[in-house]
Amino acid sequence: MKGPLTRRGGRPGSRPGSRARTWARVWPNATALVLFAGFVFPVYWMFSTAFKPDSDIVTDSPVWFPSRPTLEHFATAVQAENFWTLVRNSVTVTLVAVGLALLIALFAAFALARMRFAGRRSIVLVFMVAQMAPWEVMVIAIYMTVRDADMLNSLVPLTLFYTVMVLPLTILTLRGYVAAVPKELEESAMVDGCGRTQAFRRVIFPLLAPGVMATSLFGFITAWNEFPMVLILNKDAQAQTLPLWLSGFQTAFGDDWGATMAAASLFALPILLLFLYLQRKAVSGLTAGAVKG
Amino acid sequence: MSVRTHDAPPPVRSTPPTRPRRPRPGDGAPHGGRERRSAGGLPYLLLLPALAATAVLLGWPLVMNGLLSFQNLNMTQLIQHVTEWAGTDNYRDTLGSEDFWRVTLRSVLFTAVNVALIMLFGTLTGLLLARLGPRMRLLLCAGLVLAWAMPVIAATTVYQWLFAQRFGVVNWVLDAVGFHSMAGFNWTGGQMSTFFVISLLIVWTSVPFVAINLYAATTTIPKELYEAASLDGASAAQSFATVTLPFLRPFLLVTTFLEVIWIFKAFPHIFAVNEGGPDRLTETLPVYAFVEGVGNQHYGMGAAISVLTILILLALMSYYLRIAMRQEEDEK
Repeated sequence: MKGPLTRRGGRPGSRPGSRARTWARVWPNATALVLFAGFVFPVYWMFSTAFKPDSDIVTDSPVWFPSRPTLEHFATAVQAENFWTLVRNSVTVTLVAVGLALLIALFAAFALARMRFAGRRSIVLVFMVAQMAPWEVMVIAIYMTVRDADMLNSLVPLTLFYTVMVLPLTILTLRGYVAAVPKELEESAMVDGCGRTQAFRRVIFPLLAPGVMATSLFGFITAWNEFPMVLILNKDAQAQTLPLWLSGFQTAFGDDWGATMAAASLFALPILLLFLYLQRKAVSGLTAGAVKG
Repeated sequence: MSVRTHDAPPPVRSTPPTRPRRPRPGDGAPHGGRERRSAGGLPYLLLLPALAATAVLLGWPLVMNGLLSFQNLNMTQLIQHVTEWAGTDNYRDTLGSEDFWRVTLRSVLFTAVNVALIMLFGTLTGLLLARLGPRMRLLLCAGLVLAWAMPVIAATTVYQWLFAQRFGVVNWVLDAVGFHSMAGFNWTGGQMSTFFVISLLIVWTSVPFVAINLYAATTTIPKELYEAASLDGASAAQSFATVTLPFLRPFLLVTTFLEVIWIFKAFPHIFAVNEGGPDRLTETLPVYAFVEGVGNQHYGMGAAISVLTILILLALMSYYLRIAMRQEEDEK
């Protein structure tokens, strides 16, 4: 597709015109290449440093490509104290929080998308406000609440707070996906003898699956990355999550940049893969669903 | 199926497109008109878990935050579990301190500069995406998505490495291109250079969101409008001003406000790069509340700062919410 901004109607034949047109073709591509390099370089540098031997990292002229790849930094990172405990913590907290949020959000999204009732607009507004809740600023109050419940250094409050953190966006996004499923499908299922619950489970839910996946992506990112709350709640080394560990990794390991970058790569990789996989899947699933509907 | 040419849209110069709005997943859904069933209590029942969870885990800490801000709560009171009410002392102290106002001003400037940079580069990148060929667009999109998906703490760690004093690649490049004084430069040693690293990091992570969504918005502009504009003899700049810009305005407005809110409350970027240092010179309001409250163990004081920060955010949000709710009404 030609971009809407493409300038057409240069004067054919005239020399300056054609040179201008060549220029008009070259500069966007050249700029795009420069931008691409700028956006990719930090990610590339993280992975390439992780694979380089120390002598190629601690050097006065940078080695641009890891020509002598090694896995020693990954070994250092993985063998760091508590690493696997923290992986388990992070995975548990993220999966449970996102799963719980999706479950709660499905009910709420269905009500908001399909039913008309008094106060619907105010409830939408509540979730819009909640979506922008300044969790980063509320950590002191959260700390006191959790301490009074005597649950510091536990994964339970962390999981519950992450659930509520990702809940509003999950509801608001799912609401859009529920609304996109044609009502006639649900009605015809009910005419065919399905109950409301059954119609939801058999007809709407399968069509919702891509939406559920797309929505969960942002939940995963939020919960996996969360930093300020775990920073204040879980001081105990056994009860931390990966972001907290990674932020302290550099201090703990001195200037072992190879190991630090290996740790960062290990932490970033699941999200990068999930993002690349789910984004495409979610978008194509959505359009396919729309055509089928 | 033949379309008569004189049915083409009228010249655009005088008629801005009718009420442009972003396509959303909910579009095209049949709505209104056929509400046969009165739902009764069912919707409230379905909403109950979500509302209850939000009230308990978001509402209560907010109330708690308010209560704490009126307490004298330091190390001693914390350990002995005593509640000492302090009236409005915390607020009087906070609002009377020079530090608070300095940090507030710094937060405002920090937000303004970063949002301006993000919107400028995001818009330009988005428009560039619209102009590229398909293969080049895919390449740039892939790069943008990669930066977008990068977890914050991984990104802060990588930026610390890029800008490391010794063996950092940025210092090496600057030295190599002739800025020899930059060899061995300590980026986190000064206020402005630390802010430079933080801002670069924030812009790098935020531009992809704006660019990709803006590009998506440009694809919804009907082509006929451009054809009509060029028939009318509009130059590229004119058709940009009369067609592209009016279409993108609602998107730009909403995105700018979202970015303002996000940047104003940004915490991990700033804290993980240098913990608000050097000498607390890069603390913005959220970091200031954290360092005062948790770091210096003046919890009541920290709560008061955070209440004031939330009030500023609420003021910013109310404007955004008014726009968002108006769009919500348009769709129903």
